[in-house]
Amino acid sequence: MTLLHLDPQVVKQARGLAARACEPVIEMAKAHTTVAVERATLRLAGITGADTGHRAGDVPWVNRVVDSIREQCGLEHGSALPAFHALRSHNLGSLTELAEATAAGMIQYSVPTGKDRTAAAKAARVAISAGIRKVDRSRAQRDKLITKLGDPAQRPWIYLIVATGDIDEDVVQACNAARAGADIIAVIRSTGQSLLDYVPEGATHHGFAGTYATQENFRIMRAALDTVSAEVGRYVRLTNYASGLCMPEIAVLAGLQRLDMMLNDSMYGILFRDINPIRTFVDQRFSRQVHARAGIIINTGEDNYLTTADAVDAAHTVTVSQLINERFAHEAGLADWQLGLGHAFEINPDVPESFRLELAHALLARELFPDAPLKWMPPTKHMTGNVFHGYLLDGFFNLAGMLTGQSILLVGMMTEAVVTPFLSDRDLALANVRYVLNAAGKLAEDFQPSPDGFIVKRAHQVLGEAVDLLERVVDDGLLKAISVGTFGLMKRPPDKGKGADGVIAIAEDYLNPAVELLETGATR
Amino acid sequence: MTTTDKKVVRPYGDTTGDGMVQLSFTVPVPHGPLAEGAAQQLAFKMGIDPAMVVHSHAIGADFTFVVVYGSVRHLIDLTEVQVVEREYPLLSPTEVNATLKRSLRRKMVIVGACIGTDAHTVGIDAILNIKGFAGEKGLEYYRELKVINLGAQVSVPELVKQAKTEKADAVLISQVVTQRDAHILNTQEMAAAFNESMGERRPLLVAGGPRFDPLMAPTLGVDRVFGRGTTPGEVASYLVHAVSHRKVVAA
Repeated sequence: MTLLHLDPQVVKQARGLAARACEPVIEMAKAHTTVAVERATLRLAGITGADTGHRAGDVPWVNRVVDSIREQCGLEHGSALPAFHALRSHNLGSLTELAEATAAGMIQYSVPTGKDRTAAAKAARVAISAGIRKVDRSRAQRDKLITKLGDPAQRPWIYLIVATGDIDEDVVQACNAARAGADIIAVIRSTGQSLLDYVPEGATHHGFAGTYATQENFRIMRAALDTVSAEVGRYVRLTNYASGLCMPEIAVLAGLQRLDMMLNDSMYGILFRDINPIRTFVDQRFSRQVHARAGIIINTGEDNYLTTADAVDAAHTVTVSQLINERFAHEAGLADWQLGLGHAFEINPDVPESFRLELAHALLARELFPDAPLKWMPPTKHMTGNVFHGYLLDGFFNLAGMLTGQSILLVGMMTEAVVTPFLSDRDLALANVRYVLNAAGKLAEDFQPSPDGFIVKRAHQVLGEAVDLLERVVDDGLLKAISVGTFGLMKRPPDKGKGADGVIAIAEDYLNPAVELLETGATR
Repeated sequence: MTTTDKKVVRPYGDTTGDGMVQLSFTVPVPHGPLAEGAAQQLAFKMGIDPAMVVHSHAIGADFTFVVVYGSVRHLIDLTEVQVVEREYPLLSPTEVNATLKRSLRRKMVIVGACIGTDAHTVGIDAILNIKGFAGEKGLEYYRELKVINLGAQVSVPELVKQAKTEKADAVLISQVVTQRDAHILNTQEMAAAFNESMGERRPLLVAGGPRFDPLMAPTLGVDRVFGRGTTPGEVASYLVHAVSHRKVVAA
């Protein structure tokens, strides 16, 4: 499909610039580790559970161990060597025993050398590769279920959100949504989880405007959706969020529990959560390597830019961010079919020709990333509480999605910004989608924008502005561009933000078997 | 037609005085005559008479969605309508920025923190982070506000020190944990510390949290208290109102 007649040279130039903009950041990411990467590594090695006896409430064992290693011998050599050396020298059976002994103050961590180092490295690799093979088995299981049950009959796939705060209620709502036609269920997280520097434990029932992402909650929901998948005769996918301070750990838990999609944006945490830029890029790289291995489709967050900046003026920043997200994703080993690049229907409906502008932007994304499962996000900013107008707007959003061949359609709610959706709101929203699919699902076959018309010209203009901006980003450096407010209007300097103290420059003898296994694809 | 001199009115469908309204809701009854009858009964109890169920359809096996049209019996006596006067107008981000630019001629500085041992930053982050809350962007989004979020477990002396260094116009503190009235004691301690160290020149003090009652402000020694469900826009609008008001008093 080439309706826009984009100049292949310009497209190539845009990708080249994105690669150049990302290169220094990738090098920086390779030269650092974070407390979250080290915790994710030990989670792959099998550590689970929490210290329930701590006065500050449940502290995951993995946090106790990594914090102690950092205190006693630093993390610049990685956590694997000190942890597995301690395991051996104290003659302990498991990492959980090690964690308990750590909490009791019985362990003194040190970085082993010589034969001790070789032995610790070997033991670490054995344990971590067992975790990686679990991720591999989850992926194989997903493939098997998709072969057996099948993918959704239509594109776009229909994506619905549940968010009750209680995992048991979420299960009820998710199963009902699947029966009503949802192909993908996303469980929104509790407000503020992205700023917790640990992953809560166990099944949870009291979230704020969402449900905590925990390994047990992941397991419960995936099991429920497996049952409902068999009932509805198609594989219903599960989505959660690998964003915030625990990106790498949540990516590991998602891989182990067979989640199918994860929100994972290269810059969202920096811009919208004020998380330290370096922390984010280091965590992002590791988490995406895990997603790549797990066969998970990532969803990026470009829609967020349009909720803070004007959707017409800032259209090119979406394109730039998509190209940057693509580059980081490819570098981390993700294939095109795993790139759910985001964009949104957020132009002010009072702007003349707003629908034609939306079509131009949506087609541009479609043609720039022909093999990516693009995620098309509904209007939120201009949903006013006039639910009748909102319903019409969602209809146009659905039509734009069908007409421009979007892959994943997040179902818009007419009660957006009014209340959390009623049962009937979700039902009406799905009826809206079904009507448009049924009435105009194949309209794309007849849709040929005039080669020198409004839509084509607008798409070329946005791509041109994106190239200009990428040139500036390459000249200034991506970190500088972020610090002066290029994206989403937020200014985020590289030395500021939450989680900055969890970033560690790695030493020459740094060892992380997880990174080796992920980068080489090895299983042992 | 003017309505200004009218005392008693009814909803308007297409004829003055027809009282026509529309209503939609879901009943937990399987689709069928019983569900429609149930909807009609509710509409009648709400004062809609006659009530017409113009549409109904099943949502799953156990629920029915209905649309009802009808005429309400009730009259609206405009002389009895009491409008809640907010002490300050609710402003859009653009209006907040424009007003501050005009009245302060510099950015307004806001320092936020969770004080005491409270580690729950969910409240302060919902108000300050650009991500925001309830569809509204947080205060970081406002161009004319400079926001410094100190995060969790900030001690009162540290908060006072930072507020002085940053020349804060307003200090926002959030308290979620209420064990042994910690939220009240912490807030009082904070207010006392600001009064002692800065007196009249202290910044505006604003406390927020799910267990606070807005009427508690005098007891707590702060200028304003926000309770559960407060959105960033309300806080921003209040701040604009409060600094403009303060300026007038000072001058």
